[in-house]
Amino acid sequence: MTRLATKVDPNDVGFVANELHHRKLAAALRALAAQVALGGDERSRARHIERGKLLPRQRIDRLLDPGAAFLEIGQLAGHELYDDAVPSGGIVTGIGRVSGRECVIVVNDATVKGGTYYPITVKKHLRAQEIALENALPCIYLVDSGGAFLPMQDQVFPDKDHFGRIFYNQANLSARGIPQIAVVMGSCTAGGAYVPAMCDEAIIVRNQGTIFLGGPPLVKAATGEDVDAESLGGGDVHARISGVADYLAANDAHALDIAREIVAHGGVTYRNSVTRIDSVSPAYPAEQLYGVLPRDTRTPYDVREVIARLVDGSAFHEFKPLYATTLVTGFAHIEGMPVAIVANNGILFSESALKGAHFVQLADRRGVPLLFLQNITGFMVGRKYENAGIAKDGAKMVTAVACARVPKFTVVIGGSFGAGNYAMCGRAYGARMLWTWPNARISVMGGEQAAHVLATVRRDGAAARGETWPEAEQRDFMDGIRSAYDSQGHPYYSSARLWDDGVIDPIDTRRVLALALSVACREPVDRGDARFGIFRM
Amino acid sequence: MFKRLLIANRGEIACRIMRTARRMGIETVAVYSDADRDALFVREADRAVRIGAAPARESYLRIDAVVEAAVKSGADSIHPGYGFLAENADFAAAVQGAGCTFIGPSAEAIRAMGSKIEAKRIVAAAGTPVVPGYLGGQDGAVLATEAAKIGFPILIKASAGGGGKGMRVVRNADEFGTALAAARREAMAAFGDDAVLLEKYLTAPKHIEVQILADSFGHTLHLFERDCSVQRRHQKVIEEAPAPTVTAAQRASMGEAAVRAAAAINYVGAGTIEFISEGAAFYFMEMNTRLQVEHPVTEAIVGLDLVEWQLRVAAGERLPFAQEDLAVRGHAIEARVYAENPRRKFLPSTGPLPHVKFPSGVRVDTGVSSGGEVTMHYDPMIAKVIAHGDDRAQAIRALRAALGECEIAGVEHNVSFLRNVLGDAAFIDGSYDTGLIEARGAALIPSADPRCALAAALLVVLCRSEDSVWQRGDAFRVNQTARQPVNLRHGVTSIAIEVEQVGAGYRLYVDAAVVAATGVTLEEQTLRARFDDEMYACTVLRDTDAVYVMRAGATEKFLLPSKDAALLEGAVSDGRVVAPMPGQIIAVQAMIGTRVRRDQPILVLEAMKMEHTLVAPIDGTLEALSLAVGDRVVEGAELFRIAALS
Repeated sequence: MTRLATKVDPNDVGFVANELHHRKLAAALRALAAQVALGGDERSRARHIERGKLLPRQRIDRLLDPGAAFLEIGQLAGHELYDDAVPSGGIVTGIGRVSGRECVIVVNDATVKGGTYYPITVKKHLRAQEIALENALPCIYLVDSGGAFLPMQDQVFPDKDHFGRIFYNQANLSARGIPQIAVVMGSCTAGGAYVPAMCDEAIIVRNQGTIFLGGPPLVKAATGEDVDAESLGGGDVHARISGVADYLAANDAHALDIAREIVAHGGVTYRNSVTRIDSVSPAYPAEQLYGVLPRDTRTPYDVREVIARLVDGSAFHEFKPLYATTLVTGFAHIEGMPVAIVANNGILFSESALKGAHFVQLADRRGVPLLFLQNITGFMVGRKYENAGIAKDGAKMVTAVACARVPKFTVVIGGSFGAGNYAMCGRAYGARMLWTWPNARISVMGGEQAAHVLATVRRDGAAARGETWPEAEQRDFMDGIRSAYDSQGHPYYSSARLWDDGVIDPIDTRRVLALALSVACREPVDRGDARFGIFRM
Repeated sequence: MFKRLLIANRGEIACRIMRTARRMGIETVAVYSDADRDALFVREADRAVRIGAAPARESYLRIDAVVEAAVKSGADSIHPGYGFLAENADFAAAVQGAGCTFIGPSAEAIRAMGSKIEAKRIVAAAGTPVVPGYLGGQDGAVLATEAAKIGFPILIKASAGGGGKGMRVVRNADEFGTALAAARREAMAAFGDDAVLLEKYLTAPKHIEVQILADSFGHTLHLFERDCSVQRRHQKVIEEAPAPTVTAAQRASMGEAAVRAAAAINYVGAGTIEFISEGAAFYFMEMNTRLQVEHPVTEAIVGLDLVEWQLRVAAGERLPFAQEDLAVRGHAIEARVYAENPRRKFLPSTGPLPHVKFPSGVRVDTGVSSGGEVTMHYDPMIAKVIAHGDDRAQAIRALRAALGECEIAGVEHNVSFLRNVLGDAAFIDGSYDTGLIEARGAALIPSADPRCALAAALLVVLCRSEDSVWQRGDAFRVNQTARQPVNLRHGVTSIAIEVEQVGAGYRLYVDAAVVAATGVTLEEQTLRARFDDEMYACTVLRDTDAVYVMRAGATEKFLLPSKDAALLEGAVSDGRVVAPMPGQIIAVQAMIGTRVRRDQPILVLEAMKMEHTLVAPIDGTLEALSLAVGDRVVEGAELFRIAALS
């Protein structure tokens, strides 16, 4: 394998300016993450702590093995999504190491509207379960939630991917031998009661956790019975009488210790199905990524400069290096684990799509996980290209990506526009995980193009009606489109809606990918029976 | 010379004897109890014979088993070491009877010195001074006259007594009458006999002993003295040779007195005459007819291997040197490292030793290594560390430094305490007496360096595994820094530390304080860090349920929280205990209103032909127990309730 040579000069003025720009973006991201990590407002947090409860992230820190990583998923979910602030969507999710095993951890944040489920909360919970399913990861639910957020009940209750799906998933995950463990550390009311009830094993904290289908006010209204929460569905009730919970804990820390014990006795330990080799750091420091990336997504640069800062020893075995150079394909390792990289290096032409389709099939047959580095303005347009059938070549690549069954990972490192998003394994293409850099932009087309297209349509319509459209109005119209695309194309906008699994600092990319890869290859990929849709020739 | 030597002992002394035997080309046979199956001395011996169960009286004290082991293994000689059967005349006789050579004096000599009164009579007759005293007629005036003859202060003791009852120290003649009357009253009350005896009372005595070596041709030499005055409850802690306060003239007269005493019983081999001394005076206390624990300090200053000479004279060799050939070379000090907890009244501590490292450059006699164990069945000594210097100051420095290099994890130990004693002013100037440790009290008890807890917390979070990208010890978080809680238990104290990752370093939050830790590295077992710019290094060990921090000889053990979960189990009980099935109460074992401990039996219920003992689920006060023996209860009936202590 060849070590990629770098052509950037860290002392170059452009490099330094880039670096400053991207460091600022990273700092802003970290500041936002710190704000989000606080959870609910100060009053709610103080009340939570007064009750002797740990905050959600403290619960995670206590649950995890010392010194172990936590790969948070959907950190910015709910960001500026509703009128209310719903930090992290009111639920903290991620993959963490508990008693030496990687687990999906789902933690309600009772300091955010009592831990109730907004639509984004439901979506995030289901996403965590999807990750558990795809990667065969035990689930630990730290429950502290009042159930559905009632003002939005129509958006969380009955549909296929609404609240009920959580329990459907629990049953089916359990059926697949994926442990389901609940720790009841607060309310589990109404539908929420089913989270522990549907689990393989449940722990409840005494004088703190409660499980009931109807709380004391509902009971009073329905039957006139006067009952306090603890005797209705407290820890002693469920651990001693009802059997809804299996273990009784004295406090949060004790409950988390019991959860750790349960995982420690969990049986099967997965082994990675890919062979891990000794790993070496990239030859160039990750911090240089800040200087490598242009300030403007429209400025071209060599994506190999990024690859050189992500992969082991900066070693890259490039496939078809001389053919269709706007798409870079090749094999490398991250922390000793093999990856097949597909990276944009310009616009997609027919031959780039063919090369991509070929390489994706190659990786799939060899069982090498795919990594897509997305920086794509789209497929080439124009008569020459349409007449040459770029649509059918693009379709070949989309087919290959859609049908590949090796684990796929996507990092949006720049633009993600149009069908390029699909061919490069966008969210809809089943990437095991998808991460976005703070400089990324995601939309169906660029804001500028959209403004022009929409203005043209409107101008033509006006002309057809024999009307004229004043210049000033045209300018305002186009500015409006541009600014709407700008804000909707922003990675925070994306992440708030869980179109990705999180916005990450570029310098953490290697680490994040290594964590994701290490749990993705635990069940061998069946390579004997590769099935692809019809490739349009 | 002997061909095969059986060592009727265990631990460090067995190892030490084997070392000399091996050098002399003598094969070694170890005997061991079940508790010592994997002990170092068993592994080091050429062969080993099991002689019984763990308790000493079922193994190391069984004359028949030891002799049988010797016969079976074809040993021609038996070394008894110290303790166990070393001063048992019957054993010496049995060994001789079995046709083996006992490495020690004759059974008669052992017997003669075995009785304290008889021993005193013999040595007094040989002209060795004994503690002046009076044992005779009980007339008050006679006693007063005898007291004056002995010289004040004196001690009045009950003849029949023990345990301090009827004992009085009298400083001068004026107090004698009242003290005598009081002592007699107490003696009468305690023992039904008011007879007393008088003895000279030494206010600041030193324990000085003289090493003797004699062959079977009537040559008896002394190898100078040792000062063993640093004692705790009559247990020697630090010994040195020569004694710092003994003059050349005293040395000569003590030596001669010791030789006379040994010669009086035709002593053969190595032995020790123990004196109690104050100022220039010294009095015979007893003779130990064996090798002493502290013999290495004598070996260091005379340059002889005492075990070698024990074997040679037992084999009939003649001592080839005379008293004039012997001279004191430099100064040697020994410290006894014990498995005991100085912070908890020196309570013995037993258990496995996952990590043991002893200093190099000094002599260390030990019976354990990493992976060994201190068992509850025998003496909890871990090692003896012996430093030899050109002079006393150098020996003190060397020993203190060597103890600072000791690393012992698993059991509590006294290394820091020993270092404190070596640094005490009265020890350094040599003026100390047997009351030193008691007088200093808490000042010698080591306190824990608060940085140990910080090091322990860092060790916990530095948990790193090359096998997994999840376990890199850096607590990676997406766009955030982790603040990891570390809960430790140090003795009875709970310590909560939060460790925050800050760039390449850490911030540690302990109570209200914040300590910055930078330059943190963990290589093998060495943890280094700068705590608020102060360099710190220690040896660390992670065990299943604890971490150990070792530095400057001290070991601090921190229990990890998962262990604490077990302590919490009791906290989930509501204190109510109900009948598990219908039955009859057949015993009530605690009183209502009394304090009870968790797991303490309260009631016994007979049901389904079985006796069920019902215990207190938590610590607390026993309440609501209204049942009596014979009462019948139904399933689910409340039997009693424990109210938790608030």
